[in-house]
Amino acid sequence: MFCEKAVELIRELHQMGDGQLPAFNEDGIRQVLEEMKALYEQNQSDVNEAKTEGKSELIPSIKFRHSCLLRNQRCIAAYLYDRLLRIRALRWEYGSVLPTAIRFHMCAEEMEWFNQYKKSLATYMRSLGGEEGLDITQDMKPPKSLYIQVRCLKDHGEFEIDDGTVILLKKNSQHFLPRWKCEQLIRQGVLEHVIS
Amino acid sequence: MWWHRCSFVPLRPVYAEFELSLTAMGAKPSGRDVQGQSVCQRRPGSQGTKMEMPLWLAKGLYERKRRVLSVELPKVYREGWRTVFGADPIVVDLHKMGPYYYGLGSQMLHFDSPENPEIANTILQTFIGRFRRTMDSSQNAYNEDTSALVERLDCLERSLFKAGQSGLNSFQLWEKGRSSHLTASSLVINYRKRKMTDLQA
Repeated sequence: MFCEKAVELIRELHQMGDGQLPAFNEDGIRQVLEEMKALYEQNQSDVNEAKTEGKSELIPSIKFRHSCLLRNQRCIAAYLYDRLLRIRALRWEYGSVLPTAIRFHMCAEEMEWFNQYKKSLATYMRSLGGEEGLDITQDMKPPKSLYIQVRCLKDHGEFEIDDGTVILLKKNSQHFLPRWKCEQLIRQGVLEHVIS
Repeated sequence: MWWHRCSFVPLRPVYAEFELSLTAMGAKPSGRDVQGQSVCQRRPGSQGTKMEMPLWLAKGLYERKRRVLSVELPKVYREGWRTVFGADPIVVDLHKMGPYYYGLGSQMLHFDSPENPEIANTILQTFIGRFRRTMDSSQNAYNEDTSALVERLDCLERSLFKAGQSGLNSFQLWEKGRSSHLTASSLVINYRKRKMTDLQA
């Protein structure tokens, strides 16, 4: 039955809950596009035949193929759009630099889209708050204090804070650091916010 | 989840019984054509064929004036069940009666059944009747197993329940003074968990 491959694409996305991004199913998309091409060509020839020879009994088949084309188109559009929404969320959760594992799951065009989105976001952030701009990816939760206690969950190497001090982030070490410096690392799971 | 909401593409192909009738001119895809893999054969189809068809296809082929297709309503939208919903909508197991009761019901109105006003009204009243229970239970079930509460809800009601729970949990976090507690992103945690299971596999 037509359009089964297209629905399979959607199902694959749906099964990966929680906004995870599966690998880009290039093969699947290609198959759906080939099916669409075949349907379209059959319809073209049928339409010509119906027009020139007046065979209006072809019309139901033409309508059928047309419905399948529309269905395939809708499924592909939903697949691509949903992936873009997930990729957009990655910018807010991971920051500007994505881990390689995730980058492998994106196709070239999606990577390009991600870069453009980063640029738009950066331009926008620079335009806020006067001269220095405003980082709106910070302070996602209401801050209660300037400095926070953090514990290192894994080795992350050296870390420089604003006054020039260099801190060595070794696993299980605890530090008292400025909140705005740590937020990104906490989100990425490198540090852990300790509340006494 | 603010990051994704796939546009409503029903995942389970929604099949319903449709009766095919011919126009005066002749050929209609016969049963085999529609299920067929490749070329649509031009064979005079038979009038009055009954077959199952996905909803999107039925919508595409349906034509009000020419009466190419006529629809048999799924039984949950028919008179018998409508009376049940009228009596007491809360007791019905909407998950069993087709998990997309509201969605599919709205789509069925597309086929110009003479019962459309009654169907539409029943769907609306059912939702109104059940909503209060869904809302209350989602706002009062904190940190407990909710499977008994959601098992008889249809998909729309389940997403409402989930939204209610999410609001409740955020509020409780705030009450405990944990709303300023910075945490790792759930996305990051899940990616790491998947990497571990992939490595172990």
